[in-house]
Amino acid sequence: MIRYALTRLLLLLAGLLVASVLIFATLRVLPGDVAQLIAGAQGTPEQVAAIRDRLNLDQPVVAQYLEWIGGLLRGDLGTSLITGAPVVTELVQKADVTVPLGLMSLLIALLFSLPLGVLSAIRRNRAGGTAINVGSQALAAVPVVWAGMMLVVVFAVWLGWLPAQGFPREGWGNPGAAFRSLLLPALTIGIVEGALLLRFVRSATMQAAGEDFVRTAAAKGLTRTQALLRHGLPSVGLSVITVLALQVAGIIVGSVIIEELFALPGIGRMLVADVGARDLPKVQGELLVLTGFVLLLGFVVDIVHRVLDPRQREAQ
Amino acid sequence: MTNKRVTDTAVTHTTVTGERVRKRRGSALGRLWRQSTGRFGLIVVGLVVLTAAVSLVWTPFDPQRVEITDRWAPPGWPHLLGTDNTGRDMLSMIMAGARTTVFVAVGAGIVATVFGVLLAALGALTARWVRETVAVLVDILIAFPVLLIAMMISAVWGGSLWIVVWAVGIGFGVNIARVMRPELRRVLRSDFVMAGKASGLTPLQNLGRHLLPNVAPVFIVQLSWSMAVAVLAEAGLSYLGFGASVTEPSWGRLLADLQGFLTVYPLSVVWPGLVITITVLALNLLGDAIREATDPTLREARGSTRREGGPSARRARTHIPEVIS
Repeated sequence: MIRYALTRLLLLLAGLLVASVLIFATLRVLPGDVAQLIAGAQGTPEQVAAIRDRLNLDQPVVAQYLEWIGGLLRGDLGTSLITGAPVVTELVQKADVTVPLGLMSLLIALLFSLPLGVLSAIRRNRAGGTAINVGSQALAAVPVVWAGMMLVVVFAVWLGWLPAQGFPREGWGNPGAAFRSLLLPALTIGIVEGALLLRFVRSATMQAAGEDFVRTAAAKGLTRTQALLRHGLPSVGLSVITVLALQVAGIIVGSVIIEELFALPGIGRMLVADVGARDLPKVQGELLVLTGFVLLLGFVVDIVHRVLDPRQREAQ
Repeated sequence: MTNKRVTDTAVTHTTVTGERVRKRRGSALGRLWRQSTGRFGLIVVGLVVLTAAVSLVWTPFDPQRVEITDRWAPPGWPHLLGTDNTGRDMLSMIMAGARTTVFVAVGAGIVATVFGVLLAALGALTARWVRETVAVLVDILIAFPVLLIAMMISAVWGGSLWIVVWAVGIGFGVNIARVMRPELRRVLRSDFVMAGKASGLTPLQNLGRHLLPNVAPVFIVQLSWSMAVAVLAEAGLSYLGFGASVTEPSWGRLLADLQGFLTVYPLSVVWPGLVITITVLALNLLGDAIREATDPTLREARGSTRREGGPSARRARTHIPEVIS
């Protein structure tokens, strides 16, 4: 176990290193004169010189990179070129919207995909199972933006139950309104992500149905469904844990688009705005935080999976 | 050509896994057609490509033609799907948008193929330390969400459809490499490749005659799924403003253009969203159908006597595509 954890930790560190190098190289090294690029065609030589100075572009590339990493280790993600505000402060502030949105989406996705996925596997030869299967297949193909628009049309325009856009100015100071404005966005991401998860749960359940221990339990007198539910579900649960990191990556990506659609002041929308404004140092910090989070989650999930799955423990 | 290859695959596959060799009838295309999912996939993909081709020479109206007096025409004659806020014909815009979709899907497919096959070959055929390094690198790269890669490139070069092609292509190239590498290594150790080597085939001949045909099905399935994601990515990125430019017709752009009128003309966004969904669904189902038609371990698993699928079946069944869009 310790050996596995250490190897996996090494892979995580390698991943973070590769991510930081790739992001740095794409945003700082490849474009040629970064300062000119940021200042734009109308940038005066003074402006360009000021940006060059701010980004330490006169130093060698490796020194620039090391300085950035050094800052990261001290918890300093750099400052915005446009507002001059530290990136960390803004990230923490925007996380107020994005983190609850992500958690709500994940919860919704799990709540409907787990039972329906298992059900559609058990009932795969009946009308109900087929309906769930076809429905999830179709939902998994829906673009998140469009799913959001359709939900807005139904729940905001026609029924008028929920706001179509925006987030209360006072934020979580007004918890009711804040929650209501996150409900539709979370439902959108939750449904689309959940449809994918449902398909995974379904195939994992079907696979569990073929495992020896389920067959043995059935041979000892349980019905096939009882055997599957009592002995097969734990292994389905374990497989679901392994794709959780992928799911969260999907939710992050979904939240970028959905925050834009619902005009939510979250990390995703900030990233879109910063990319549009070419605030490269800020984009650099934000991208590293997001990919770093996905990598870290993958690490945690692998360790948890290793601890929980008795088959993996015995395999050592 | 393709038909023969896939049929070959079926037979060798069964031999390798030590299963009963079953005789397959009909071409690969015929087998696809007999499955309802395969038929749906083939028809829709064919229709989209056809529409894109037709739109090059003819659309009911000029998709860029602004006719303010005609704005928000309901579906009917002469505007079959109605018009938008500037009186542009919806059907013509959707037809022209199919071009963009086909361009992005094919472009991303090509990039993913080159990148993926290269990585897989590097990870399977080279010296041990190169192989291991590539494998670790692939494991790391696979965690990068495609949309974030695309946004990173857009931040530097500004948005364009080419960025979508490159970002999705690279992102899915890594996926293809991840799935193909073990497959390549498995086939590499198989008896018939050994026999080929023994009977004096050069490595290149062996590659063309035994290796590639055997990994081809796995690869085509991944490619079909990658293209589905490419279509979604184009829509998502064009919606965010990093894909198609204002003058390029695109389904995702159309969604962005119509968003402002959601509360007044809610039904206008139905069409572009619907065509994206159906196209993506078709590519997904096509991938599933190709897998069913070519992977014998999956067929066995469907029978009444359930048996555990081989490693390739297990991996294939645990596929979940990354959502982007």
